[in-house]
Amino acid sequence: MTTIQFILLIVVAAVAGMGSVLDECQFHRPLVACTLVGLVLGDITTGIILGGTLEMLALGWMNVGAAMAPDAALASVVSAILVIVGHQSIGAGIALAVPLAAAGQVLTIFVRTITVFFQHLADKFALEGNAFGIEMCHIGGLLLQGIRVAVPAAIVAAVAGTDTVNAMLASIPEVITRGLQVSGGFIVVVGYAMVINMMNAKSLMPYFFLGFLIAVFTNVNLIGFGAIGLICAYFHIRGLQRELNAAAAGSTGSGDGLDDIDDSELM
Amino acid sequence: MEKKLSKGDLVSIFIRSNFLLGSFNFERMQAIGFCVSLIPALKKLYKDDPEEYKRSLKRHLEFFNTQPFLATPIMGIIAAMEEKKANGAEIGEDTLSGVKVGLIGPLAGVGDPIFWGTLRPVLAALGAGIALTGSIVGPLIFFVAFNVIRLLTNWYGVMYGYDKGTELVNEVGGNRMRYLTEGSSVLGLLVMGALVAKWTTVNMPMVLSSYTNSQGEQVVTTVQSLLDSLMPGIVPMLMTFACMWLLKKGVNPLVIILGLFALGIVGYAIGLFA
Repeated sequence: MTTIQFILLIVVAAVAGMGSVLDECQFHRPLVACTLVGLVLGDITTGIILGGTLEMLALGWMNVGAAMAPDAALASVVSAILVIVGHQSIGAGIALAVPLAAAGQVLTIFVRTITVFFQHLADKFALEGNAFGIEMCHIGGLLLQGIRVAVPAAIVAAVAGTDTVNAMLASIPEVITRGLQVSGGFIVVVGYAMVINMMNAKSLMPYFFLGFLIAVFTNVNLIGFGAIGLICAYFHIRGLQRELNAAAAGSTGSGDGLDDIDDSELM
Repeated sequence: MEKKLSKGDLVSIFIRSNFLLGSFNFERMQAIGFCVSLIPALKKLYKDDPEEYKRSLKRHLEFFNTQPFLATPIMGIIAAMEEKKANGAEIGEDTLSGVKVGLIGPLAGVGDPIFWGTLRPVLAALGAGIALTGSIVGPLIFFVAFNVIRLLTNWYGVMYGYDKGTELVNEVGGNRMRYLTEGSSVLGLLVMGALVAKWTTVNMPMVLSSYTNSQGEQVVTTVQSLLDSLMPGIVPMLMTFACMWLLKKGVNPLVIILGLFALGIVGYAIGLFA
């Protein structure tokens, strides 16, 4: 690894770490982070394939309300470094990703707790009318999140590919890496389950079964499912409209439509 | 002279809104981010009134937490309200606070199923499926499509929120938001159902019976071929329901993932899975 690669790697790691808290551009998602690590290390194809594999694993990992997902940023960056530099299998990458995601989660809890200090500092700056100070508190919290991923990535990058590390990774028995690849085929169900639970719409589950049945017995692709979904949504909304209008006509508009939707963010 | 926010001020709010969660913390969550997003407006509106300026900074450091992309209409509405207040309208701190607190719940209720429940998983699954073949199109489709939609949401969120001001508060509580939420959940769940069937691989090659038929051909029935003839995709479907049940019981998703890894390793070792 050249010095430039090493520096770029730390930049990618920091951007992924910051992305993990911002959740805007999605630089922390495996699909993006692993691809960027692959690009920097000169093996973008492995990065993309590992990214796709880990993205399936992490599909349902989301920050909703105060709840925190396992950390995709650290898992993606560090396992991509180990797989690409150490010429390891995708199976080894999956094996590494899960404990790394747990470690990353602990680190981000730590940072989000430290940032409470910046919150109180910001209060002080507000009393002084010092907007710049508040902005610095904001950036401070963000930088800590970048460092949280950049430092472990730098350490791993420094030792990755050495004989000791390769020997350690090679000592993972084949039954484990093959077994993990087998699990890789269905591990995504955890993500689907998280997404379905989050939507919390039991009455809409028939649409889930409809999608399942169409997929099982036809060859419709994902774009087709999007189109079918839009049509179903259209008819569902039409039905809902009639229902709500009838209810409003019955009792003079006492129903507030949002009451029964889960305010998950407030929990 | 009437104080008025310019388009440039709103653009600054839009740019800052992309960093809303930067200093997320367990005490007041997105509070600093919300305040920092509004600073361009507050600076301009209260430049002649240092005391009110300080108070305005303080009042926007209160607890704030919602779906990040849908925080932007709140920023727009609050900017419009602060503008009125700076021009002498009777808007108390409790009113501003009430609008914020009143909107974060409903907007999260709309934004979570739309963005985290539908848009991101669907685009990510699409991108990941392509990425498994090693094609750069996979990550690009996910990244570009998600960010275009996100940036448009943030941009129109700030602009529309500012234009409509408090009018929008009623709209958020109205039926239209419910249509949007349920419509997107319908789409999301339908695609999830398809993904459970198509985007999973379970192969159980364990042989149940093997015999030679009258034409002299070997007929082998494995667990998988039996299941496929009854209902393909039933195993991942059952696994999904098991996971949903465990998650509802409060089991950490990482523990479930480790459990499924154990299942895969043991299953591979004893020849149940391949």
